[in-house]
Amino acid sequence: MRVLPCGEHALLIEVDDTAGVLGWAAAIEDAGLDLVDIVPGARTVLVTVEHPAELVAVRAALGRLSPSSATEQLSDRVVEIPTVYDGPDLDEVARLTGLSTTAVIAAHTGQEWKVSFGGFAPGFAYLSGPDRRLQVPRRSEPRSRVPAGSVGLADAFSGVYPRESPGGWQLIGRTDLVLFDLERDPPALLMPRTRVRFVEVGS
Amino acid sequence: MSALEVVAPGPLATIQDLGRPGFAAIGVGRSGAADRRSFMLANRLVGNAEGAAAIEVLLGGLVLRTHRMVQLAVTGAEVDVLIDSGSGPVPMGLNARHTLEAGWQLQLSRATTGLRAYVAVRGGLDVPLVLGSRSTDTLAAIGPPPLRAGDLLPLGVPSGPVPPIAVAPVETIGGDEVTLHVVPGPRDDWLAEPDALVSSTWTVSDKVDRIGARLIATAGPGLALADPHRQLPSEGTVRGAVQVPPGGEPVLFLADHPVTGGYPVAGVLTQSDVDRAAQLRPGQRVRLRWSRGSQAGPRGVS
Repeated sequence: MRVLPCGEHALLIEVDDTAGVLGWAAAIEDAGLDLVDIVPGARTVLVTVEHPAELVAVRAALGRLSPSSATEQLSDRVVEIPTVYDGPDLDEVARLTGLSTTAVIAAHTGQEWKVSFGGFAPGFAYLSGPDRRLQVPRRSEPRSRVPAGSVGLADAFSGVYPRESPGGWQLIGRTDLVLFDLERDPPALLMPRTRVRFVEVGS
Repeated sequence: MSALEVVAPGPLATIQDLGRPGFAAIGVGRSGAADRRSFMLANRLVGNAEGAAAIEVLLGGLVLRTHRMVQLAVTGAEVDVLIDSGSGPVPMGLNARHTLEAGWQLQLSRATTGLRAYVAVRGGLDVPLVLGSRSTDTLAAIGPPPLRAGDLLPLGVPSGPVPPIAVAPVETIGGDEVTLHVVPGPRDDWLAEPDALVSSTWTVSDKVDRIGARLIATAGPGLALADPHRQLPSEGTVRGAVQVPPGGEPVLFLADHPVTGGYPVAGVLTQSDVDRAAQLRPGQRVRLRWSRGSQAGPRGVS
């Protein structure tokens, strides 16, 4: 693990893999440090403080922490995402993975995903799963408009676009589930460490 | 009852406070006033808590009408502060507290230097909280909508006494070349030549908004990534980050910056210089300097 500088109010902790991110984020939360925010990323955890003087103490505390065992830290809640698998990139994903479209769908619905981190947009969560067959690159040309509810794949992650936005993920399906609603508490459906299953439904 | 009416908003007027920290994990950034120093000064001048909601005015042009007596202060960009009690607009001072009776108007001219002015009213703007803040996040579209003509703004109850001083001496916002200090890291080692950040002369492009300000190199080597094909896994970013996309034109992250990013951040502006960056106008010249005396400590292993 490395601790990198990130201005006067933050430190960036870099770890070996996304599993390490969950473990470190949990350890940092449990340590009860005086932090403004903890922001997990694909390989990193960013921690921010309100006043620059607090960073020295945080740096020292990080040196004394070790990551929690990641598998113990998942929520016992499983969110099901009903999905219609008719995405515009489903055939392309089949081609890239060497699977049939039926097998792509089976691989997507057959594994339990977990929220690794968010941050791209309110309510957007990067989902990781144990089945590595669905790892595909982003589209070489991003779309300027990806519809809200689109279910996609990119690199080692799956995700759902909570709102219409530009995007480069490979779209394999869509859901009507509302992922971010300010009237709800908490507003985001997919919180860190939530477990997720995609369930195929008809259109 | 609503104390203020928006007669005209100017190019963009939004309500801001010190933002909604702590929601990064669900993709909601802190947002808040872009130039926090000017924003907090405006609040202090009218005896508000530093984080009371106020109006952030892009460039100027805001016109407000009072429906009862108010006290307000305007700080930040160099606008003319015109107060009309009924017999025509009278120029008053920036960085000063003014009392307006009912039926008076406040008009801000277009700023000559600087980009964002702050109008704080004693009592603070009492609009609904969204995720604990009254700030308009223009990236996430969270918080109150931008002000429109006809909007009525209620005020809260003052939280403290009016300060004994009514005017603050403030360093003027520079209109020519501005020097900003950058704490190196976390990804300065992704640049082919990190010192090109400080040896190049930069000009602010016209791509400036609450999300960030993009710079163009006008002299010197400009920036290049050491390996243009190497992908950075998405990581958390901060206000003041100097993010370098593959094209080499750095973006200075401001209040509504994305919570995570996949392009390397070569350095982060110092606390006071982020507030200065929020006042940069398109066409303005910028020099960057390394700030190595930070508290972040040396890089390296745990």
